[in-house]
Parts: sequence; structure tokens; C-alpha cells
Amino acid sequence: MDIGFATQQIIYGLTVGCLYGLLAIGYTMVYGVLRLINFAHGDLLMVSAYVAFFGIVIFSFPWPLAFAGAALITGFIGILIDRGAYKPIRKSPRISALITAIGVSFLLENLALVIIGGRPKPFPIPMLFEGSLSVGQVKLPILSIWVLAVTTVLLMIVLAIINKTRIGMAMRALSRDMETVSLMGIDVNRVISFTFALGSMLAAFGGVMWCMKYPAIEPFMGVIPGLKAFVAAVLGGIGNVTGAAIGGLILGLAEVLIVAVQPDWSGYRDAIAFCIMIFILLTRPTGIMGQKLPD
Amino acid sequence: MVKENPTRDKLLTYMAVAALLIFLWYAESHFSQYSLRIINNIGIFIVLAVSYNLINGIAGQFSLGTNAFLAVGAYTSAIFTLSPEEKIRSFIIEPMIWPLSEISLSFPLSLLLAGVVTALIALLVALPVFRVRGDYLAIVTLGFGEVVQVVANNVVSVTNGPLGIKGLAPHTNIWWSWGICIFTVYCVVRLINSSYGRAMKAVREDETAAEAMGINAFRIKTLAFTCSAFFQGVAGGLLAHLITTISPSLFTFMLTFNLLIIIVIGGLGSTTGAVLSAILITWGSEALRIVEEPFTFFGYDYSGIPGMRMVLFSIILILVMLFARRGIMGRNEFKWSVLLNRFGRQSKSEARTS
Amino acid sequence: MSGNLLRIESLVVQFGGVCAVNGLNLEIENSEIIGLIGPNGAGKTTAFNVITGMVKPTTGKVYFLNNEITGKTAPFIARSGIARTFQNIRLYDDLTVIENVMVAAHSSVSYSFPEAILGIGRFGRDERRIRIKSMELLEMMGLERLASEKADSLPYGSQRKLEIARALALEPKLLLLDEPVAGMNPAETSDFAEFILKLRDNMTIGIGLIEHDMSFVMNVCDRMKVIDHGVEIAWGDPQHIRNNQRVIKAYLGEG
Repeated sequence: MDIGFATQQIIYGLTVGCLYGLLAIGYTMVYGVLRLINFAHGDLLMVSAYVAFFGIVIFSFPWPLAFAGAALITGFIGILIDRGAYKPIRKSPRISALITAIGVSFLLENLALVIIGGRPKPFPIPMLFEGSLSVGQVKLPILSIWVLAVTTVLLMIVLAIINKTRIGMAMRALSRDMETVSLMGIDVNRVISFTFALGSMLAAFGGVMWCMKYPAIEPFMGVIPGLKAFVAAVLGGIGNVTGAAIGGLILGLAEVLIVAVQPDWSGYRDAIAFCIMIFILLTRPTGIMGQKLPD
Repeated sequence: MVKENPTRDKLLTYMAVAALLIFLWYAESHFSQYSLRIINNIGIFIVLAVSYNLINGIAGQFSLGTNAFLAVGAYTSAIFTLSPEEKIRSFIIEPMIWPLSEISLSFPLSLLLAGVVTALIALLVALPVFRVRGDYLAIVTLGFGEVVQVVANNVVSVTNGPLGIKGLAPHTNIWWSWGICIFTVYCVVRLINSSYGRAMKAVREDETAAEAMGINAFRIKTLAFTCSAFFQGVAGGLLAHLITTISPSLFTFMLTFNLLIIIVIGGLGSTTGAVLSAILITWGSEALRIVEEPFTFFGYDYSGIPGMRMVLFSIILILVMLFARRGIMGRNEFKWSVLLNRFGRQSKSEARTS
Repeated sequence: MSGNLLRIESLVVQFGGVCAVNGLNLEIENSEIIGLIGPNGAGKTTAFNVITGMVKPTTGKVYFLNNEITGKTAPFIARSGIARTFQNIRLYDDLTVIENVMVAAHSSVSYSFPEAILGIGRFGRDERRIRIKSMELLEMMGLERLASEKADSLPYGSQRKLEIARALALEPKLLLLDEPVAGMNPAETSDFAEFILKLRDNMTIGIGLIEHDMSFVMNVCDRMKVIDHGVEIAWGDPQHIRNNQRVIKAYLGEG
């Protein structure tokens, strides 16, 4: 395999990996504070894609406004999901919350199907994100540069929030012990809402960039990326934000490179994440950077 | 006050089963094809609901892999009931690999094999997952559903790829579906009332305390999961030979979601609830088809809305989880004494009023 | 050295940077009642958790009937004859009282899984045996009339008793009780003391117990160990402990 092709594939893998990573960070944060697999998280990618789509196509907003709107509305929907579906059953057995989460995920998908229809819609990619630079033999898509840059900046921001701010401290405390935190006089529900908002907005950024990379949007587009992002979160160590980003990158690279080396296996691409998941469970269930899941 | 009485209760159960068989016999010769199909569906869905409740409700492990296990069972049985000539005729993209291309088994044997193969695959999924505590089962089984679709689409020399397998003999009739339904309910009820079933419930209630009492939680969870998959595989075989055409796109997550609604509405952990709810929902969702089909109402034409049924179902599921988590039955089971008491009280009060 | 039921050698347990147990030694002989006392956070429950395989020790060894059981799994240790109760009562809430006890008899079941689902073979006989045995244990604890109630509907004191009945269904050689009389009134406590002594005499069973109720401990224990901050500060019979200056200081210091 020549260097040019390899570099090309690595860039491609990193791009996909960043998108998985953005989604995985939200998964891992919600898991950290609530110990809940928020199955609806992947669907937020679809929600943000549609919001951006309608912003640009129907309301003819300039793209920065449409993208910002997508992030805000998705963040708001994240809070809404928590308040409406998860908050009433915080004290119930874990299986109830998981079932509700599946219900919310299915509701979002089918609402989109009912309201918008199942036919995939082409996403209008703004000029700024199209085209590519040529560096030697390597073609560097502008979108990839954007994805890498945006992901890096967002990761920095999230880490700063978690490590440097009061609400971030509360999030970290919450991931250790919910009862103590509420005793300390911190408004637990506010912290949880903030976590949902932050995670959902990251998913929104991931979603908008996702549909510029794969520009056909449809109601079930978030299902597979959501599943893979969870695998990325477990791979990085569930509850750990940096781990989630790293897990995303590893998963993206693995998918792209395996198919690049073995083109015959392209049909099995969506099974790679599953194999990685099984492998982590067998060898290192705590992931690369994580601690053990408590009971 | 009527007390429990094993001999009387056993007799009543036999009589109820006999009544059911007479009903089926009558239905077979008098009901329309459409009604018979719904009766078949109900039988198969009871098998699915009761076995799904075993892992989710009894053992308390959240699995989302039923569509995958159904697919494995359906494909396994279909591959074994087709005759070698039919295999040559259907597998047009790539011929079927030897020795599968030569083997042809009877329907009952292929059903058994469907169960066994599904159980073995479930065992392979369970071993890595249950080594670790946590909610990994949900996500791994969800991913497994995708993997099964990928495999069914790509391993063309076994599954015939996206074309699927057509022209299966319609072996499944109400005797097969309800026979296996009764057998499944019998086995699961026995299991729940055995030491293994109590161990499963103990793991559900408090895994640490169960382990402190000598229960190997890993083994018990694996047992529940594998056993549940066995019945789901058999149900897959029944389904394949009822609809006679299977393809990868048939076994979507929608199936699992429907079952989840069934066991939640029935009461998570109650086998009685699973049976009642399977009947109710399978019936009800036939009726609900109306919201997706064009229909006329007071002179106006409404075009059907795809996805509307699932929107209603998701809302129902969320509402039940939020406001009526115990469903129809809670975790209670049917007892003859309870029924007789209610019946007795009623007739007594009727006697008083007359 | 031989003849011990349980022997713990220089046990150390660290959580993160905190040392919960630091160099604990303990021996329990057959038919002996040993008390483990000390202020809150002294590492008593952690010691129980290590013995029963729920926590892996950092260093140190645990022997049961002269076999090393350090780091073995909880179900393995339970089946080899160590049963326990929990400080914060951990019953299977949604199961009936008798089912709670029958769960613990699972390891004595001889019928196989296929026999269970088909209801054939050894199933019927074994199931009857377990039920009768569990009922006897409930009678012993005075719970027989509550047998078909849900466990979480029982009053607090009965829940404690049920936990002991459940532990005894394992037919243990060593019974570990974590604060068994917490929440009981003086009359119940003295009844329970009598019960423990009778249990030890009738069943030849070693008992280890954690308890804060000093008069109860002094009453039933043959010997006791006082620990504070994971370290042993005294060891001996009740008479000896009563007069030990370090013990008095540790308790008064804690307030």
C-alpha cells in the first residue's frame, strides 16, 4: 500500500472518528452523571440534521445561523427529554429507565418519519465546506479539516467546563455520588439538565458535520452512529470524556483502515464496532481510560 | 374463601387446555384465513413474549436481541426444510455451500435445530457480556441485531443475501404454533417455580446478595438468556414457515420493540401478564393498522401515515413506564384460587341481590 | 495452627489511597462466637466483605478449613460454607419470605435444568425437601406464618430474622452477622442473644459478629477483637476487653 493512499485513508478515518467521538462524549457524560444509557442520544444527530436542513432549505437562513439554531434546539430537546422522560423515574429500578430511553429513541425516529417522511433528503452543503486541498498526492477534503478543528476545539471547551467551572465540578461530584451532592446543596436536576444540554449540543455539531459528510438525511440515520458512539464510549472508558474522544478516533480508524486493506469486507463494516465491543468486554471492560462500572 | 388446591388446580388447568384445543379445532374449520392468521400470530407472539419476559422480567437483564434471535431461528429452519432442488433454484447469486445444499430435514427437526443453533449463538454473546456487571447486555444485543442483518445480507452462500429465502412450505398451522405455545408456557412456568427460576429472580432483586447465598450470577444469567433464545429461535422457525418468505429486512428492531411493549404492558416479570398482553397487543395492532392505511371517516378521505402506529406505541410505552409501571399484572401470576374467589364472590353477591 | 475454622493473616485493604483494613489477623474456631467491634469506619464490614469474597484484599490471606480462599468468588465461598447477613438488610424484596430462604438452598439442589423445566425426575422430591427445610428454618425464627408474604412487607425486626434464616439455609459452618440486633428493642435483643447461643450449641457452627450494642456483645461473645482505623487495638475475652484502656479511649474519643 503506498503512502499517499494510506495517508488518505487515515485522514478519512480520523474524520469519521471525530464524529463518533463527538457523539460518544455526550453518551459518556450522561452515563457519568445518571448511570443511564441514553438510547435517544444517537437520534439527536438526526434531529440536528433536520433542524439545520429546514433552516437552510425552507427558511433560507444563512448556514451559520442554521447551524447555531440546530445546536440550540437540539440542546433544548436534550433537556426536554430528561425532564419529561427520565426525571420522573430517577429513583426507579434501572431497567425502567432503560426501557423509557428506548421508548424515547423510537418516538423521535417515528415522529420524524410521520412529520417529515421516510424519503432521504439531500443536505445542502455550504460552499465553505466543499472541495479539497491537494498536498502532494494526498487530497485533503476541506470538510475533514473543519471536522478535526471543530472537534478539537469542542473537546477543549468541554474539558475546560468539566475541570475549571463550578458546574463541571458538580458534574464530576455527581458521577461519584448522587446523594452526597444533593446534601451539599447543589441542585442536582440543574446539573443533570446542563449535562444533557451540553451532550446534546455536541451531538448536534456532530450531526451537522455528519450530514455534510454523508449528505442524505432520513429519520433513522442516527441509529447506527449512536450504537457505534456507545462502543467508542466503552472503548475509551465509560464516564471519561477524553476517553470517549480517543475511543471514537480508534473506532473510526479501525473501520476505515480494515476496509481499505480488505475491500472484500466492506459489507461487514458495521459489524466491526460490535467485534471491538466484544473484545473490550473480554479483555479490558473498564476501557482505555475508565474506571469500573459500579453495580 | 377458596384456597389453593393442587389437585383441583391441575384438573382445572387440563380442562382449560382441552377447551383451548376444542376452540382451535373449531376455528380451523370455521374461521376465515385472515382470522386464522391472527390466531397463528398470537400463538407465536405468546412464545416470544413469554421467553422475552424470562430474560427481561424474571432475570432482570435488559436484552434487545429478540429480532436477531428470531432471524437466526427463521434462517436456520428455512435452510433445513428446503429441498436440495429448491436450494439450487432459489440461490441464484451464489450457490449454497456444501453440505447445507444437500441436507433437508423434516419440519419438527428443523424447528428443534433452529432453537439449538439460536441458543448456542446466544451463549456466545452471553459469555463476554455477563462476565462484566453493568448494562452492557442492552447495547451488545442491540448491536448483535445489526450484525445479524449484516451477515444475512453478506453471507450469500448461506442466506441468499438480500433476496432472502422464498417459497418455504407453509408448515406452520394453528396446531404447530399453539402446540409450541403451550409447551413454552409450560416450560417457562415450571422453570420460574424451580430453584433456577428463584435464583434468576434473586439475581434480579439483588445480585450481590444472590452471590452471597451461593448463586453463581454469571451462570444463572447465561442460563436465562440462552433458554430465552432457544424459544425465540423456535418461534423464528414457526414464523418463517407461516409467512413462507424471509429476508434480512424482515427482522428489524421494530419486532423487539413490539415485544418490549407487550411485556411492559403485561407487567414486567409476570408470565401471565406476558400471555394476556401478547393476545391483546397482537390483536390490537391489527386494529391499529387503520391509522397507517388510507381510510374514509365521515366523508373525508384520510391518507394513511407511515410510522403513526409506532409513534402511538412509543408514547404508550413511555406513559406506561412513567405512570403505570406495574402493567396489567404487576409481578403476579394467574392462580385458580384467585379466579374462583372473584367468581364466587360475584355469584354470591348476585344471589344476594336476586 | 490447624483446627481453625477461619484464619485471616495480615489482611490489608486499600480503596484508592484510603486504608480500610491494615494488617488484621483473626481466627475463629469451631463453635465459637467472635465479636468484631470498633467505631464506625473501623473496617469491620470491609473485613466481612473480604472473607465472603465481595472485596479483593490488597494483601493478606484468608483460610477457611485450612484452604486458602483469598480472592475466590463470592458464590464459591458461600457454597464452601460461609454465610452472611448485611448491615443494611439485603433481602430479595419482591420474593416471598419462603422463597427468600429457598434461594439460599439452591446450591443443595440436585435436579438439573432440563429436569426443572420439564418438571420431571428429581425435581418434585427435591423441591419438597427444600420447601420443608426452609419452612423449618422459618419456624425456628418464628416467621412460619409470614411464609407467603412479600419480604419487603415484613417489619424491620422480622426482616433481620429472615436474613438469618436465609443464611442458615446455606448450611454454613461459619455464620457472619453484620449488626444483627441493630434496631431491636432490649427484649428482642436478649431473646436474640439466647437464640445465638442455642444456635451455636445445636448446630456446631462458628459465628462472627459485628455489633455496636456492647451489653449484647459482652453477653454472647467468647472472645472479641476491637479494631480502629483498620488496626487491631485489643483482643481477648469480654472481661479483658472491658478493662482495656485503649478500648475505652477509642470509644470515648469517638464520642
